[in-house]
Amino acid sequence: MPKTRKPVEKRVWYQAGSAIVINAWLPGWLTGRIYQGQVKGVCVPVLNCYSCPSAMGACPIGSMQTFFAGLRFNLSIAEFKVGLYVIGLLGAVGAVVGRMPCGWLCPFGFFQELMYKIPTPKIRLPGFVSYFRYVFLAVLVILLPLLVTDEFGFGQTWFCKWVCPAGTLEAGIPLVALNTGLRSLVAFMYYWKVALLVVFLGLMIVSTRPFCRAVCPLGAILGLFNRGSLFRMAVDDQKCTLCRKCYKDCPVELKFYETPNSPNCIRCLRCVDSCQYGAISHDFLGKLVVSEDKRVNKPA
Amino acid sequence: MKLARRKLPWVLLGLFLGVMVVGLAFGEYRTVLEKAVTVCLDCIGIG
Repeated sequence: MPKTRKPVEKRVWYQAGSAIVINAWLPGWLTGRIYQGQVKGVCVPVLNCYSCPSAMGACPIGSMQTFFAGLRFNLSIAEFKVGLYVIGLLGAVGAVVGRMPCGWLCPFGFFQELMYKIPTPKIRLPGFVSYFRYVFLAVLVILLPLLVTDEFGFGQTWFCKWVCPAGTLEAGIPLVALNTGLRSLVAFMYYWKVALLVVFLGLMIVSTRPFCRAVCPLGAILGLFNRGSLFRMAVDDQKCTLCRKCYKDCPVELKFYETPNSPNCIRCLRCVDSCQYGAISHDFLGKLVVSEDKRVNKPA
Repeated sequence: MKLARRKLPWVLLGLFLGVMVVGLAFGEYRTVLEKAVTVCLDCIGIG
């Protein structure tokens, strides 16, 4: 007999708890210096800048770019490491739960959901924007760090440098505010990133999770595993009435009834709570959970 | 087909855990740590 329950009510606590645990080095906010302990080498499966004053772990996207930027076979001082540690970690997480960390653990995703609660007129992003994040992944995270080199022969972390608003929000603004030595180095690039952050902040208020849906390379990687992960979701065509309630409530505006394990799904499980007909289920290691049939007159 | 779909996640998990272990064996944890304990100037818009 499958269980029925409402997991969504707890999600905000998981998100808040994760944000606190990943950013537990509170002295950083007083000193303007980042945490430098041995556990900082542990990559977290979420987008959290390792230069945030309180960050306890490493950003997988920043780490991946660092490996690609340093991978040079024509330099004697270059590192011949391709980032197997990071790729393996993300692949292992993806194989177990797919993109679930985006919905339950990511501090930047949580921040976007909080911004969306600001009462303003809302807009829906067109579906095709979800393909952009593959472009960001392929071009800024992989190709440019590998192929474009500076005068010393090394690549750069292009996504961190030109785009990542999480780095600006969590690290750039706090460190420049707290550290007078860094303040004197502020130039065009800093203003560019702050301006881009302002654009994203505006988008976060009027549309739900715009960065996750259109930009995030980490979401692009983890989403590839949604169809082949141990955690799986399903819709019962016999029970689904195409009422679109799950679509209206979905934070990534996904038509769940069309593609239950879409790479765009962040597996927040809000649809499980939304479904009035007990049509949505998820399965993990043989444990099946089905959405509650909330109708007063249920079929026999 | 259904059985094959159930095996796939385990194959992926084993494969990527293996990849991660190889990376750790090559000292990649140290590389990530060295990057993570210094302020990333690119990340904060100063690099």
